[in-house]
Amino acid sequence: MNRTLYFRRRLAGRVIAAFSVAAAGVGLVFLALVLYTLIARGLPGMTLQTFTDMTPPPGANGGLLNAIVGSLILTFFATAIGAPIGILAGTYLAEYGRYARVASLIRFINDILLSAPSIIVGLFVYEILVVPMGHFSGIAGIAALGILVVPIVVRTTEDMLSLVRNDLREAATALGAPRWMVIRKVAYRAAISGLVTGVLLAIARISGETAPLLFSALNNQFWSTNVNAPIANLPVTIFQFAMSPYADWQRLAWSGALLITFTVLLLNAVGRVVASRQGRTR
Amino acid sequence: MMLDVAQKPAAATATSMVTAKTKLVVKDLRFFYGETEALKNVSMPLYDRQVTAIIGPSGCGKSTLLRVFNRMYDLYPEQRAEGEALMDGQNILDPRLDKNLLRARIGMVFQKPTPFPMSIYDNIAFGIRLYHRPSRAEMDDRVETALRGAALWSEVKHKLHASGLSLSGGQQQRLCIARTIAVNPDVILLDEPCSALDPIATAKIEELIDELKNQYTIAIVTHNMQQAARVSDYTAFMYLGELVEFGKTNDVFTGPRDSRTEDYITGRFG
Repeated sequence: MNRTLYFRRRLAGRVIAAFSVAAAGVGLVFLALVLYTLIARGLPGMTLQTFTDMTPPPGANGGLLNAIVGSLILTFFATAIGAPIGILAGTYLAEYGRYARVASLIRFINDILLSAPSIIVGLFVYEILVVPMGHFSGIAGIAALGILVVPIVVRTTEDMLSLVRNDLREAATALGAPRWMVIRKVAYRAAISGLVTGVLLAIARISGETAPLLFSALNNQFWSTNVNAPIANLPVTIFQFAMSPYADWQRLAWSGALLITFTVLLLNAVGRVVASRQGRTR
Repeated sequence: MMLDVAQKPAAATATSMVTAKTKLVVKDLRFFYGETEALKNVSMPLYDRQVTAIIGPSGCGKSTLLRVFNRMYDLYPEQRAEGEALMDGQNILDPRLDKNLLRARIGMVFQKPTPFPMSIYDNIAFGIRLYHRPSRAEMDDRVETALRGAALWSEVKHKLHASGLSLSGGQQQRLCIARTIAVNPDVILLDEPCSALDPIATAKIEELIDELKNQYTIAIVTHNMQQAARVSDYTAFMYLGELVEFGKTNDVFTGPRDSRTEDYITGRFG
């Protein structure tokens, strides 16, 4: 037995472990700093008024109500349109097109979309919707966010369906179930929490997107739920208010940032919990 | 005359050379995984309401053969079969045949239990609902009958709406058998149904197979020679994709004609 060799390896193991812990620590420190700053700056401005009043002109009192509602509208419709498309496309990749050559091409393109800078999506929507319509609008914003939802949901749906045991599909097929029944009643049911998690992650992702909205929904100072006109939303409001020289606008921007961050954190946490429940039932 | 014999239970018929009506006959069956030939000119019958055991070392093609009977291989584009498999005179390998209707007549139970992620009740009802719309009461009846048929009723009758996944492995496997018989198939294929089970659960499944053969034609793939000897009326020994020997289980185990069969059943290889 070579003791020196063993001790050297044990030392190497400890050094690597120490580096890993340190690296994880660095990441966490920055996350903590961001959260601390957000809370320290955002919380004081977070009053009831934030949720009841419209965005104010500089120097006046106000809140973020129109931006919050606008963001909810945009996110809701973008998800309602993007998620079903994503789930169906993911279903094609994992179930019907599992052995098709075109599936790997779609997967490749989807991965590109997944990592494409969102401003590109904004510019794309600007070209195909805003320019022909002649004005910015909620519809364009919904389109831009919807395009961002699709690749995320495609990916998670395919991944989650691929995790479903294949003999479960075979068992349903062996009973004489047509393909669609096998997918709907067995595969979806086995993967349901994973599918929900994917949609939640997509919502979390788009609720903080700013760049695509700058070119599509733009923003609105006033209360408007008309999706055929520019519509207020939190990310662009934060962008605009944070860049302004007015202290009260900046305070509102911090509050809005805090609001978005905690909504996203909450969605992610819910997604995790749902996903871990799936782990137990599979 | 043949028909007459077939109506009687198995034990009574095992007297002459003409034993029972054939339910399914495979003729010159060849099977390919891509370029690899997994079954070489296999010809054999499954006798009506008899248990046929398919034995042989791993990779010999026994599961492959089973998966031809319900065309499960059709799910995978690189797999194909050549030859004939006649069920009640109809070639089930015919590409025009509706595979779902075929599979509704040929049930299958897998190596690992495959309860669907739904309640015990819904696991059974799933298959029934595919081709029928029974009333609530009728469905309750059919679920109960299926669970009784699989000797599971007394263990689950008080928790029919609990998840099928909450059952033990042996219970899950009987649930899968119940699900299979609930749709009234003609043939039941069992692909190593006990390999994931403990001896007690295995004994229960074997008893069950004995019961089921009164109503169903059964083919069972097994690695367990004692099990084949215990539960089957006929035994097929396969080796490297060939059907080496087929005969009455008693004959195959006591006087194998081929030396490879003898070597395998006496444990000299495999």
